[in-house]
Amino acid sequence: MGPLVANEIISPDTNLFLAFLIGIGFGFVLESNGFSSSRRLAGMFYGYDTTVLKVFFTAAITGMLGLLFMSLFGWIDLSLIYINPTYLWSAIGGGVIMGVGFILGGYCPGTSFCAASIGKLDALAFIGGIFLGVLLFTEAYPLWENFFNAKYLGSPLLSSVLGLSRGVMTLLIILVALGMFWVGEWAEKRFARDDYKLNQK
Amino acid sequence: MSKNREPKKYMNPYLGGVLLGLVLIVAFWVSGRGLGASGAVKSVVVAGVETVAPKHAQNAVYYKQHSEDSLKSWLVFEMLGVLVGGFLSGAIAGRLKFSVEKGPHISGKIRLIAATVGGIFFGLGSQLGRGCTSGSALTGMAVLSLGGFVTMAAIFGTAFALAYFARKLWL
Repeated sequence: MGPLVANEIISPDTNLFLAFLIGIGFGFVLESNGFSSSRRLAGMFYGYDTTVLKVFFTAAITGMLGLLFMSLFGWIDLSLIYINPTYLWSAIGGGVIMGVGFILGGYCPGTSFCAASIGKLDALAFIGGIFLGVLLFTEAYPLWENFFNAKYLGSPLLSSVLGLSRGVMTLLIILVALGMFWVGEWAEKRFARDDYKLNQK
Repeated sequence: MSKNREPKKYMNPYLGGVLLGLVLIVAFWVSGRGLGASGAVKSVVVAGVETVAPKHAQNAVYYKQHSEDSLKSWLVFEMLGVLVGGFLSGAIAGRLKFSVEKGPHISGKIRLIAATVGGIFFGLGSQLGRGCTSGSALTGMAVLSLGGFVTMAAIFGTAFALAYFARKLWL
């Protein structure tokens, strides 16, 4: 049955409309969890607020389990799901550069749009920066074209690289995440700050 | 401080994570792809350069390879939705307000400069890494993509490693 668009149950234009609705859900959930706050996002790296870790990994696990179950029930054909390809060097290099951007800017692209939507001007500045950064990439593309395309590995799954089944891999990741949640809860007490409150239920 | 009504509390993060995961699953089920963000900016930049400097776009390598990209893309519509969804949540919770959010010991000007520079890095890195925290790390991890885990580790590892040097911005 799913994915609907690949199986031609919905048209490409309906797909775009649903993308808009999915985006509303995405933005709503991000904002409701305080991903519109740079101090909250940066708190991840100083331990005083580890919401990013909790939301991010709970979402990834929910996504993994959802795909597993839906494929088990025959609701979705996993072979039609897009897997981003792995170009090892640029995946690492790009990630490192993004990490610099994260600690300086306090946002990532998705969260900056979410924060700008409620009036955060620092998020607007960050978005301006993203446009400049992307333009820098496209304009100077010949400079990093080789690096960008180096060490292409196809679209491997972590599970197949480690020789595990999808289910066992997911279980392992859940166990690791539970350990990290425990560390996160500990860190929020250990690194709590007088000038910052979590403000969450 | 005036006695403004306190904004509502944020959602429980584990509940929030489950809800975000459900949004992700809907995206997989409907469109066969996960969430993203930086790709929408790329579409706008490519379309913008093609409009403003068509001659240049015809000659520069990157635009030639991406001439089929347009504003009518999945991520552009999704990101328009993010703006609406974020605004709705902020409106319901009483968080709509123009402000510059910053650490307690820096000026607003420094914060805006740091945010702009951070955005430049994130924009550049997201193109090099073929996706940002949403498209590469979160979605990649959910589909168990090796690249997703690698990028996630590189982003968060670097930010943790540099946190000490950037502490004046946040603490």
